Amino acid sequence: MSINTEMAVRVAAITQVAAAVKTFRLERIDGAPLSVFSGGSHIVVSMNDGEQLRRNPYSLMSSPDDTSAYEISVLRVANSRGGSAFLHDRLEVGDHLTISQPVNLFPVDHRGRKHILFAGGIGITPFLAMMEQFTRDNVAFELHYAMRSRTHGAFWQQLLERYGPRRIKIYFDDEKSLIPVETIVDNQPLGTHLYVCGPSGMIDGVLLTALEAGWPKENLHAERFLAPPAGLPFQVMLEQSAMAITVGEHQSILEAVEAAGCEAPYMCRGGACGQCETAVLSSDGELEHNDVYLSEAEKAEGKKIMICVSRFKGQQLVLQL
Amino acid sequence: MTITFRQETFRDDFTFRNSPDNIRRFPFPFDHDAYMYAVNMEPHVRGAPNSVFENLIDVDEHYVAEMQDRALVLKEDPLRCQALPHMMAAQWDTLELIMEHQAADYPEHFSLTKDGDLWHWINRPLGIDDSFTFGDASTLPYPPMEYITRQAQGDFCIVDQRDGNLWMDAGMVTTQADWSLDFDIGMNFMEWHGPVPLAHQIGVFDRALKFLLNLQQGKPTRRLNWTMTVNPRLDTSPENYHKWGPDRLTVTPENVGRKMHLRVELQSLWRLPRSNAILFVIRCYLISLDELVTVPKWARRLPRVLSSLPPEIVDYKGLTRNRPIMIDWLNAYDDGAPTSPGIYPD
Amino acid sequence: MLVAGIKSRPEYKGLEIDPHARRHLFVLEGEGARALLERAGTDGGSFLAKAEILYLPGGSAGKNHSADLAALGADIVWTAAGLQPLLGRLSVCLANATMGMRIYIAGTEGFIGQIIQVALDFGVDFNSLRTEHRGSLARRVQCVHCKGFTDNVTVTPFVCSHCGLSLLVRDHYSRRLGAFQGVNIDAEAPGTAPEPEELFL
Repeated sequence: MSINTEMAVRVAAITQVAAAVKTFRLERIDGAPLSVFSGGSHIVVSMNDGEQLRRNPYSLMSSPDDTSAYEISVLRVANSRGGSAFLHDRLEVGDHLTISQPVNLFPVDHRGRKHILFAGGIGITPFLAMMEQFTRDNVAFELHYAMRSRTHGAFWQQLLERYGPRRIKIYFDDEKSLIPVETIVDNQPLGTHLYVCGPSGMIDGVLLTALEAGWPKENLHAERFLAPPAGLPFQVMLEQSAMAITVGEHQSILEAVEAAGCEAPYMCRGGACGQCETAVLSSDGELEHNDVYLSEAEKAEGKKIMICVSRFKGQQLVLQL
Repeated sequence: MTITFRQETFRDDFTFRNSPDNIRRFPFPFDHDAYMYAVNMEPHVRGAPNSVFENLIDVDEHYVAEMQDRALVLKEDPLRCQALPHMMAAQWDTLELIMEHQAADYPEHFSLTKDGDLWHWINRPLGIDDSFTFGDASTLPYPPMEYITRQAQGDFCIVDQRDGNLWMDAGMVTTQADWSLDFDIGMNFMEWHGPVPLAHQIGVFDRALKFLLNLQQGKPTRRLNWTMTVNPRLDTSPENYHKWGPDRLTVTPENVGRKMHLRVELQSLWRLPRSNAILFVIRCYLISLDELVTVPKWARRLPRVLSSLPPEIVDYKGLTRNRPIMIDWLNAYDDGAPTSPGIYPD
Repeated sequence: MLVAGIKSRPEYKGLEIDPHARRHLFVLEGEGARALLERAGTDGGSFLAKAEILYLPGGSAGKNHSADLAALGADIVWTAAGLQPLLGRLSVCLANATMGMRIYIAGTEGFIGQIIQVALDFGVDFNSLRTEHRGSLARRVQCVHCKGFTDNVTVTPFVCSHCGLSLLVRDHYSRRLGAFQGVNIDAEAPGTAPEPEELFL
């Protein structure tokens, strides 16, 4: 049984905030207040794109105390699975979407005496909400924000204005200014927590630098949403439903299952939370585990699969669904 | 729904009694004739009318008397209410949750009006009328969690979520079944459940923890827990064990019906929005055996459950000394007839 | 309530040297000195140049561990005249420390618990602390009734040194308090406490 509560919203505004970034303002259709949330939360947005139902996670960037609307910002990705293409190119003000309740897989550690944020590109979005929260709670923070260029980077001017240059440091790739991660992590007081959100390579780099500087892993936090990677279509047999389905190249197993009219449990839809874990009854090929939830041993054993992001290469996959 | 609040005590002369309507409301915890630990969580949604599940935060006829007992406990031992410094956002989340539910479901007794951050709260049964600024603790006479939990039945624990674990980092605990907030505050899920026998081995806590880590906003969950208490005493804390422990020796076949109480905890768990913490509500209900046997199904089932308990559970729940007397007395009400599944009276 | 085999027993996994730490702080008591002495050769001893040792001889005063520690060639070695001065120095050290410092604690359980309390106060996550138990199995116990602490408890039950109740020493341990829980063993029938027996883990 899927456990998400969903809300109907209308797109109240669409704003181009940088070269390839748009902000979408979402308000409840019934006019009721939205729930407050904790910084770092995301919502899962369901979009009807022609025949296809897409559901993608987007970080909430609006102030956590603002119950009048939620705001998300989306980067128009060149080889998009369709989510960002749909939102940028087809969605219009007044259109209706369905969204989940906020879910937080990237929360602040409240014990932190100081919080250091590393953002790369569109990875800035969860930090926008977090910084509002830090300010409300009077907690020390600083942001290091790397962008491709001044025109590609979103929000950096507003951030400098709102929080000042002591707390906001900006870097532009095309100006060859890079975040001096090693210097930053070298001299922080005990009780500092570090958060990073951005491209995978950047996350790996920041975490490695911090670990090698002697930071304990408990003080390091990263937001990695894995957009389900595309691949070749494949066949799946759903044993309990006695159904055979085809998973398309831009579809996740979960999406294909839902399109076939079956319900499967899910939550984050990004390979992180464990909710969609499904038993593999037989697999005549190779499981491609794209999640961060199963252990290496579990992945090797091949008896479980996270259907929201993982895929399969081979003849047939039989799942207990 | 207007409630008539009872004047009664949970100590000294123990004048606590359930009205007949309240007896039938009681959350009898056994849905069949035996008991074992399980991850028995279900969605916390509105349930049957005239049951304790009708509202998600339950206020009943014992409200005023319970709050008076709480105030006495806190005067004697303020360590029963503590919050670690990083839990302030969660405290406000808790205040909001309780105020909103009590005002919405019991409008004759509680009112909440908001003008932006300026909130006005009226609690008629306790004679409270306070205006305060939400988010500014200096505008309340107590810190937010203490303020509102002095006005809500049951114990409350606020659990911080971090490092893939849950941490009991704040609580108001005056009606607990024998664990110490002062000792357990700061512990994680496995640690504070350390003393519970058997459940670890059968994986109950591993699964419960995984489930709770995924608890979502707007989708609270609940379960029932139980023990037995001699006399309707709410404060059965370890701190006072040397004071209430001797009560266990005062039970006889003549007085067991009046003195022995089934004590049930309706536990609900809520994801808190601003802090991402979890509020763990432990709502305590008491019923004497005399009152319980007025419901024939429960009268048959309880001795069957007690007779078949594993010895570790008997020991952990403190039932060793008086279980034989209880079973003997209850057996008079068990004619051996089959009992219907489920917890509700027939 | 008086169940044996509780799962909240703390674990002391050993003083494994962290190769990435920028600075190593060793807080040692009594036989805890040996936990470091036995590992002095790790990575050829290169970590010692970045190491600071705070040592409380305690019951091992006669064994000259102070001299052995001093001979390691660590950046700083200091022997404390008692627990209070050690805690005072530790606080200042942590106030000046940076995130790259790894903290290692070795000694009796009561000692480890008290050092952990100070580290927690400075926002150090306890999973990052490396601990090793050395020396006596004696426990620091808090009486749940009067909240008083008794050190060096070796038998159960024992009489609370503050309120006089006879206490069962449980395995239930609080990191925040740095102590095991003691609960009145003859609460139901005062005067019936069993004979004390030696504690073993």
